[in-house]
Amino acid sequence: MITRRDFLRTGAAAGIGVAVVGRGIPAGAQKKVIKVSFVGPLTGGTASNGLGGRNSFLLALTERNADPRSKYRYEPVVLDDECKPTVAVQAALRASSDPEVVASVSHYCSVVAIATVDTWHKAGVPSMVWGAVLPDITYGHTHVEITRVNGTMINQNQVAGEFAVKTLGFKTFSLIHDTTDYGRAHAKYFGEFVEKAGGRILSAQGTAKDQKDYTAELTKAKAEKPEVLWYGGLTPDGVRVKVQMDKLGVRAQYQGTSGIKSDTFNETAAASAEGSLAFVEGAPTEKLPGGKKFLAAYEKAGFKEPSEAYGPFAYVAANLIIDAIEAVGPDRAKVAQRLKRTKNADTIIGPVEFDEHGQNTVALTTKYVSQDGKWVVWEDSEYAGGKRTLPGHKFKKM
Amino acid sequence: MPAPEIVLQQAFNGLMLGVMYALIAVGFTLFFGVLDVIHFSHGDIFMLGAFAGLALLGLWGAAGLAAAPVVLPLTFAGAMLVTGLVGVAAERACVKPLARSAPLMTLLATLSLGLVIREAILIFYPRGADPKPFPALLPAGGFDVAGVFVRYENLAILGIGFGAMIAVDLVINRTRLGAAIRAVAQDPDAAQMMGVNLDRTVDWTFFIGSALAAIAGILNGLYYSEIHFIMGIMGGVIGFSAAAIGGLGNVYGAILGGLLFGVLQTMAAAFIPRGSEFRDVVAFAVVMLFLIFRPTGILGEKSVERV
Repeated sequence: MITRRDFLRTGAAAGIGVAVVGRGIPAGAQKKVIKVSFVGPLTGGTASNGLGGRNSFLLALTERNADPRSKYRYEPVVLDDECKPTVAVQAALRASSDPEVVASVSHYCSVVAIATVDTWHKAGVPSMVWGAVLPDITYGHTHVEITRVNGTMINQNQVAGEFAVKTLGFKTFSLIHDTTDYGRAHAKYFGEFVEKAGGRILSAQGTAKDQKDYTAELTKAKAEKPEVLWYGGLTPDGVRVKVQMDKLGVRAQYQGTSGIKSDTFNETAAASAEGSLAFVEGAPTEKLPGGKKFLAAYEKAGFKEPSEAYGPFAYVAANLIIDAIEAVGPDRAKVAQRLKRTKNADTIIGPVEFDEHGQNTVALTTKYVSQDGKWVVWEDSEYAGGKRTLPGHKFKKM
Repeated sequence: MPAPEIVLQQAFNGLMLGVMYALIAVGFTLFFGVLDVIHFSHGDIFMLGAFAGLALLGLWGAAGLAAAPVVLPLTFAGAMLVTGLVGVAAERACVKPLARSAPLMTLLATLSLGLVIREAILIFYPRGADPKPFPALLPAGGFDVAGVFVRYENLAILGIGFGAMIAVDLVINRTRLGAAIRAVAQDPDAAQMMGVNLDRTVDWTFFIGSALAAIAGILNGLYYSEIHFIMGIMGGVIGFSAAAIGGLGNVYGAILGGLLFGVLQTMAAAFIPRGSEFRDVVAFAVVMLFLIFRPTGILGEKSVERV
């Protein structure tokens, strides 16, 4: 039984970086303390996803600390990478230079996850990625330390491209993407899969991350009269593109990547969000095998922020790391070897199995549409059922 | 060759952007004109203005006020008061005590204050990390003129923006306070000998400059329908750059610099191959060229009175 006090103790340890000991936690009082780090964007434009991931990570540690069968007491070390490569490398160095940190649950942003691969590798710290989707993070090397519990953008864009062209019947696409590795790679893979499916890319415009004004790019795209305006980037920018697209009167379907699939997108874009499309590896949290249990525990813990789309992945990453530590002891090299050999692990996101690159082989990608302020699985939506018409289909008829 | 209506539409987009930059730039130029300081937390005060506006809108809503003609003036007035007072407090905390220190100290102190304001919004505003939707209070819809789509909302934003700039011009050139500001800008010692209260004049200057940032912040929210706690970082850098292009210390220069910066960014994104990737490179390259070849800015040398 986890009490609110237990959770608060773990959270406080994250903040002040000290071991949680004392009365009220008899299960962990005499246990050896093991540190596990979490690195994600806790400030900056993607902080909502980072905070959801951090909370999910803390939840996993709190549950384990409350479990009398745990051999160790797990102390969180929470670090902010700000979704910036230089800050992320500093965070990775800080975590890995602490000999008590055995492993890390690391990174939501691809641009930082790719930057820290060598840092984790050189330090010999097992690092499990919980949100970044750039393929090279796992496929660009053979380091034993790096694993990833979520899928890559290749699977995501194959589904997204084929769905837009073959299922929805859209033929022309104007692409806008941020110029980080994340945005560029998404645009590359999406463009390739769209053309393979028979669609045509009219233009691709790169924009700075955290850009505020998209009117110039959208005015250009509007002149091309695309059927789909696609954005490859994260939520804050994705909201701006959608809202400004409507204000400028760009009559096209709006389609994004997993980067815009957050509660924040619907809340901020408000009415503009209606009918937007997004794609995420895995299934919606509530439909995951252990999703309901996870959401109930998350709610009970009383977090201020929602877990967001990748929270369950951070939760699973923390649990897999703890399982490995429990099995082989708090040794970085042994934990890394153990994690890399993960086969058919039973988790709340379903079975997890890493290939030779440490990549979870999840093939499933879920299609979402924004409906009445919520992301709804396409197949369950009124758009798929024919009760509503996507904005892009309405514009085609005009 | 792009169609003329596309060029005009992009120029109009740039003008919209430029009005907001100009309002921030005027603040920078006022502070520099009077105290020779670069107040680097001004960008975050611009952000604070937007959040103060949003919070006030929530307050009016809770009080049952919804009509835009009532709510908007109240929101502008309240947010201007908040940022104006924060601006005065910033001057008293980070500028005045360091008056005899190296300029670098003031710069560091104001930079740090900006960080404090930004992080305070992140931590204390409910779910401060997320972008916030800003209510649509201006008339919806629009019309076409020569192929350029103009929204009523855009006209209102231009009207409020230019109205604020004209009001500042009138205050500076037609009032006793304005005369005091101009006098302090020219020679603080001589102004004091002539009976100008230096402290009060500096306070008012920071109040006016910071209040303008609130107007820019609210207009930004109305234009983009969204605000975010990091919006002040780039807003501050661009506002300062616009003031530098126009000529630091010259109000008209700041307005011109803001408009020029907005149009430059937009045109670079629209008409240079892969320009959207280089819009900031182009705009800031122009700033560098000005700093190298005309460090006084466009109107710096022509200005008779530095304010």
